Amino acid sequence: MEQEKASLAGTIVAWLAAFVMFFPILWMVITAFKTEEQAIAIPPLLIFHPVLSSFGAALAQSGYIHFAENSVIVSLCSTALAVLIAFPAAYAMAFQPGKRTQDLLVWMLSTKMLPPVGVLVPIYLIFRDTDLLDTRTSLVIVDALINLPIVVWMLFSFFRDIPRDILEAAHMDGVGPRGQMIHLLLPLAAPGIASAALLAIILSWNEAFWSINLTAAHAGTLATFIARYSAPEGLFWAKLSAASVLAVAPILIFGSLAQRRMVRGLTVGAVK
Amino acid sequence: MARLELRKVGKTFNNFEAVKSVDLTIEDREFVVFVGPSGCGKTTLLRMIAGLEDITSGDLYIDGERANAVPPDKRGLAMVFQSYALYPHMTVARNMGFALKMAGVPKAEVEEKVRAAARILQLEPLLDRRPRMLSGGQRQRVAIGRAIVRNPKGFLFDEPLSNLDAALRVQMRIELVKLHQDLAVTMIYVTHDQVEAMTMADRIVVLNQGHIEQVGTPLELYHQPANLFVAGFIGSPKMNFFPSRAVAVGRGDATLELSPNHALSFPVPSGMSPGALAPGASVTLGLRPEHLFLANDGPLSGQVDVVEHLGVETLAYIKAVNGEMITVRADDLSPVAAGDRVSIALHPGRGSLFDAGGKAIFHLSPA
Repeated sequence: MEQEKASLAGTIVAWLAAFVMFFPILWMVITAFKTEEQAIAIPPLLIFHPVLSSFGAALAQSGYIHFAENSVIVSLCSTALAVLIAFPAAYAMAFQPGKRTQDLLVWMLSTKMLPPVGVLVPIYLIFRDTDLLDTRTSLVIVDALINLPIVVWMLFSFFRDIPRDILEAAHMDGVGPRGQMIHLLLPLAAPGIASAALLAIILSWNEAFWSINLTAAHAGTLATFIARYSAPEGLFWAKLSAASVLAVAPILIFGSLAQRRMVRGLTVGAVK
Repeated sequence: MARLELRKVGKTFNNFEAVKSVDLTIEDREFVVFVGPSGCGKTTLLRMIAGLEDITSGDLYIDGERANAVPPDKRGLAMVFQSYALYPHMTVARNMGFALKMAGVPKAEVEEKVRAAARILQLEPLLDRRPRMLSGGQRQRVAIGRAIVRNPKGFLFDEPLSNLDAALRVQMRIELVKLHQDLAVTMIYVTHDQVEAMTMADRIVVLNQGHIEQVGTPLELYHQPANLFVAGFIGSPKMNFFPSRAVAVGRGDATLELSPNHALSFPVPSGMSPGALAPGASVTLGLRPEHLFLANDGPLSGQVDVVEHLGVETLAYIKAVNGEMITVRADDLSPVAAGDRVSIALHPGRGSLFDAGGKAIFHLSPA
């Protein structure tokens, strides 16, 4: 009896905590379906007639499609670039490790601890001098480099699960590193490569700092699109919410579809 | 044909000498087995021959040509791995034909060769299966088939049977020997199992701590082990060792003191050089279980600890008076039982004597 009570209390606390954390997103979605007047009403309206006018306004005014297109192109291209570089790198680290391979892996990951703002000025200047400001190319490069350590790590741990003997057998069969990568690692590690790519797509879709700072109207992604709403002329809560919903919806849907695959990918090697 | 010559071949991993200056010649069409305890360097030696491991020092010659820097696929050798190392995503047929396909051999020719190899190994009904749908023995056959398809000059086997159960191991052992006869190629086989070595090899190379202890035919190693290590490693159950002291050396025999107040007389071959065994020297007497028998009155005695009835023979493990264990091979009808007090006699003209350094002084053999 006592135990049942305790577990019931625990369940209630857990649900409350989850609700508190989820509340901003829920409120954003609700607000997106209100008019501007309803959005700033005090006390806040819980029962109202939902309208789509904010979505319409957000889509019409601010070129959502253009930003969404940039987001898609940048996340796909940067992921492709990252995987292209990480694949042979992880191959070398997993199957021909040198004395410093372990250090190198740790160092790569440690770059994730560097605050991005610390290198904002040099990177901004580099892109300014190479005429890459406000281009998709600049974001593709930056996002690929940001995600590279994680992609290398994931591929590395996938490759490590592939028995060395198989590659040595291929070596005896006269298959060089390129052939081994194409004919053996690619098919054998396909699930791992897919998980790494999915994660990279999501991370680069959500990346805001660099897209806000390096791009503007031309190459901006959905992150830039939302940032533009907090303009000095005032906040439009309903429209901002609608725009935000539009920005996060695609990746939320994509993420939930890819979730199972990604979890499997991230836990590989943890349990045999 | 493949004649392999190793000249002072050595391998060092981060200051650890895994293989120390090995000299060895393997003749064409020979079945050579590298045997030794784990960590003795046998697999490293095989991998250096295969080209999967760089040779730190010395030279490897294949058919008279120096092969140290020749890539593995150009050495004309095929390897069968302990784990089989099949390509899991390919069918049996594609596994076997992969090397040829990568070498650009026309498809029809690849298929023909795969089918020919599959016929030899009775793999034809399995050609469309994937490795995970095969049993251990079938996977092993596919791994061998993959090697055969390349038509190599020599085969390298790295403990290929250790993942199979006992019955299958015996069967595969016979199949491999037959395969060696049919293909007439050089085979090098690595194992830690001395029974595999004894049953399959033309010649056995016994390795220990990175160097060769002895090279010889199975019976040479069994009857004339060069030292205590080989004597103890080859043969099951193990040879009995009796540390002793030569108190007197006569013309036809010597008196060995096994322990204080316990001496026995042991024959000395007439051909032994006079200085080889000096009175007072520490020696080790080596007697295989079949060199001993249970008798009413023998120079050794003890209490039977354990008896193993193997059907064809009976093994008695006897605790001697001084606490040492002695293994005696008795016949199948021997009435010996655990707890019996027994006396042990020596078959005349059998046994070996080793010096203080473990080197063989002489072996007796029945005339």
